[in-house]
Amino acid sequence: MSGQSMFADTLRRLSRNPLAVAGAVVILFFLVMALFPKCFSEHDPNRINILRILDPPSARHLLGTDDLGRDVLARMVYGARISLSVGFVAESIAIGIGLIVGLLAGYYGGRADAVLMRFVDIMLCFPSFFLILSVVAFIGPSIWNIMIIIGITGWMGVARLVRAETLSLKERDFVVAARAQGAGAARIMFRHILPNTLAPILVAATLGVAGAILVESSLSFLGIGVQPPTPSWGNILTAGKDNIEFAWWLSLFPGLAIFVTVLGYNLLGEGIRDAVDPRLKGR
Amino acid sequence: MRAGGNKMPDKDALVKHIPGEETQRLLTVEDLSVSFDTEKGSVRALFGVSFSMDAGETIGLVGESGCGKTITALSVMRLLASPPAKMDGGRILFKGRDLFALPEKRMCEVRGQEISMIFQEPMTSMNPVLTVGEQVAEVFTAHGICGKKEAAERAVEWLRKVQMPDPERRAKEYPHQMSGGMRQRAMIAMALALSPSLLIADEPTTALDVTIQAQIMALLREMRERERMAVLLITHDLGVVHDFADRTAIMYLGRIVEMAPTRELFAGPIHPYTQGLLASLPGASQTSRVLPSIPGTVPDLANVPPGCPFSPRCQHRQAAMKRFLSGETSTDELRDCDREDPPAFEFSPGHLAACHYQRRVCGES
Amino acid sequence: MSGNAVYRPDANEALLTLVNVYKTFPVRASFFSAEEVRVRAVDGVSLSLQPGKTLGLVGESGCGKSTMGKLAIRLLDPDSGTIRFEGKDMARLAGEELRGMRRRMQIIFQDPYSSLNPRMKVQDIVGEGWFVHGLARGRELRDKAALLLERVGLTAEARNKYPHEFSGGQRQRIGIARAIALSPRLIVADEPVSALDVSVQAQILNLLKGLQEEYGMAYLFVSHDLRVIRHVSDHVAVMYSGKVMELGPSEELFSRPSHPYTRSLLSAAPMLGGAPAEHIVLSGDIPSPVAPPPGCRFHTRCFRARKFCSECSPLLREVAPGRFAACHFV
Repeated sequence: MSGQSMFADTLRRLSRNPLAVAGAVVILFFLVMALFPKCFSEHDPNRINILRILDPPSARHLLGTDDLGRDVLARMVYGARISLSVGFVAESIAIGIGLIVGLLAGYYGGRADAVLMRFVDIMLCFPSFFLILSVVAFIGPSIWNIMIIIGITGWMGVARLVRAETLSLKERDFVVAARAQGAGAARIMFRHILPNTLAPILVAATLGVAGAILVESSLSFLGIGVQPPTPSWGNILTAGKDNIEFAWWLSLFPGLAIFVTVLGYNLLGEGIRDAVDPRLKGR
Repeated sequence: MRAGGNKMPDKDALVKHIPGEETQRLLTVEDLSVSFDTEKGSVRALFGVSFSMDAGETIGLVGESGCGKTITALSVMRLLASPPAKMDGGRILFKGRDLFALPEKRMCEVRGQEISMIFQEPMTSMNPVLTVGEQVAEVFTAHGICGKKEAAERAVEWLRKVQMPDPERRAKEYPHQMSGGMRQRAMIAMALALSPSLLIADEPTTALDVTIQAQIMALLREMRERERMAVLLITHDLGVVHDFADRTAIMYLGRIVEMAPTRELFAGPIHPYTQGLLASLPGASQTSRVLPSIPGTVPDLANVPPGCPFSPRCQHRQAAMKRFLSGETSTDELRDCDREDPPAFEFSPGHLAACHYQRRVCGES
Repeated sequence: MSGNAVYRPDANEALLTLVNVYKTFPVRASFFSAEEVRVRAVDGVSLSLQPGKTLGLVGESGCGKSTMGKLAIRLLDPDSGTIRFEGKDMARLAGEELRGMRRRMQIIFQDPYSSLNPRMKVQDIVGEGWFVHGLARGRELRDKAALLLERVGLTAEARNKYPHEFSGGQRQRIGIARAIALSPRLIVADEPVSALDVSVQAQILNLLKGLQEEYGMAYLFVSHDLRVIRHVSDHVAVMYSGKVMELGPSEELFSRPSHPYTRSLLSAAPMLGGAPAEHIVLSGDIPSPVAPPPGCRFHTRCFRARKFCSECSPLLREVAPGRFAACHFV
């Protein structure tokens, strides 16, 4: 076994789980789409064409056009970029905050732990969606605002997870040994404890991205998320809602994209959880 | 131990031992081979284990982790989960019946009534949400021996027999309220409640403190006399078998490498592994400050060396190899060690060992 | 009852002295109650350890021997009592001074699996102390790690691997390498061979012995295994329920135990060469450390106990030159 074998082992088990592989393929597909939009659609997502308003899917517009005659496929391809990056960035912010709070609370314990965890409880008391709604209404919607707000309302789960891991890890002998060697608190937290919490965090992050994408879509659907003309899956849906009787394609395809992506992340997340769970490890 | 050698043409001769040949064997394990399916393919855990025991006899099965002693015990109970475990061959006869041919329903009756087992950590083998009394009583009701009320009375009776302090009160307690020693007493009560003729004790004292260990071994000794049962004692601790077992078998990598009456085994071990184990016990000899130790570690079952499994750690094999490589001898005297798994050989009546070297030196003269 | 001298740890030239050390831990009285009770893990213990020597601490679970080990190198702070290392009061040390002191005292753990960080390479594990104290980094650290690993019986290539690639015995060697990396004067060995197979135990004990002869560090050797303790120790302290029951030179204590508890311990450990032939099986269980019995801690199980023993706690007194026992009857 080589040094990388723990990671390789996990990857091997993951590759044996067909649902997780399907999830990964879906995510990869949308990622490629977000990175190389030109390969998927030659249309300009923002070009209005009043002659082709609400055209059904055809050879020229594979997924039809919207109420301003813009190509739906092109808008979805560019929308993938927005939706996925909102998911990533928002979840990264959440993980960052959650990690620090969880590590500090778990490692120092006592009063620091009590204060931080009560703060988590308070944050969890707010119905987060309405919190986001009111904050967005206050500071105004922009992609960056959306990302940050989703991030700072979604870190509590990670904090609890990291705290629980830290509590059990800090009692382990290797942490005691590091103290005996004279290592300081920061080194113990970041060099000894943090790397051992990464597996569960990775699972939480994967599931969290799915959640963030959903929140972004909902906000955009309500018109306070990503603002038109910038396309996002959520605001394409908004246009679809108004024309649902005579333009089914406008609701179906973005809805499907959100559904498939979120499902993909969830399947992958659960797959990773099974793959890193030591109880399922082979003898 | 595998059959072989001129002196022992058939398996019956192999499983026989010292006197009293006419008495019916209580348990005969013949050429038992078991493997496990793992992620990395099939791994053999037992390589033809054979031994037999008489009614009322105590056998100690000793070895380090991974030597297959627990797997042997679980095979006798037919408690190995399959898959991943697979019987590759051999059979187990209990009072003349082939246990592997019994239907599962009959086997359930054998378990508990005729063969029962106690484990290392009673906390994990007892049900945490039932009181200890209920669990002992369940042994009677599950086998349809008597009604609930009588079972409860019998349970208290048995707790008293295993010298549980204040049995009436303790019967109403849950396992977690008891100390490790008391839990092990309760476990013994459950195991002996139906007066089995064979008790398998898998590391019964390993999780306990020294003084409690002595209590439990004293209790087992007393119960063994009183119930006249045979005991198969599985342990890694040579000290535990020393005072307790009539005969002792040393296991290494899925084989019995040496088996002898206990006193004889400790006085004159034949197999180099047994010799090394006994010599490396600290405190036994206080003369030297450096303990004689067996070099290397027990290999992984997935990478068992060919030939004699002990040869990579065996001083005799290594010495012969050195002599051969340095040209001191023209032939590699012990090349068999790398080629052939040594068969068991009877060095003196009842004392078997599986070693090419010893057989050359003192066996066939 | 004798009027002999009460044991006083020899402070002169001692590397480590503990005087009247107490340590309790809070635990909840039961799962459903918020009430806290205190476990009395170490209950007034005095000991001393000479440089380069091995003091064996032996006793059953809950007797406080592991807590003693952690107190000795200040991984835990005592409730009261003084601990002196090289003559300095450990409780007064803080900050940089404490960190500097840590270099001179190290620990080896029982469990070779939880004692090594699974996400670190072996060279970073054994080199942690060098890195933290700024003694070696980068290339130099790697080279030093290779030499150190060879000294404890591993190959130099081992430094680039992760702990899970090693067997239990090899992992214990890595743990030992980490402990000796900073050339400490005291090593607390907390059941270092209890989790290992018999044939590997001897190898590790020999390694520890060889390292002591080479580098001259002192061991505070904690174990429940009498055979191991007898083999490694110069002096032995037998602990029971947080107190020292008997203390003396190893060979004398094992060949002529004086305290009833020591005698029953020895009789319970079979095959101890030269052990007294008496056969004592104690009744009853080890007392709960939450509510230890009054008087002599051992009186509930002692075969010599009189009414007096439950009322008056015996002091650790000299019973023969250099030998101490806490019993009214010896």
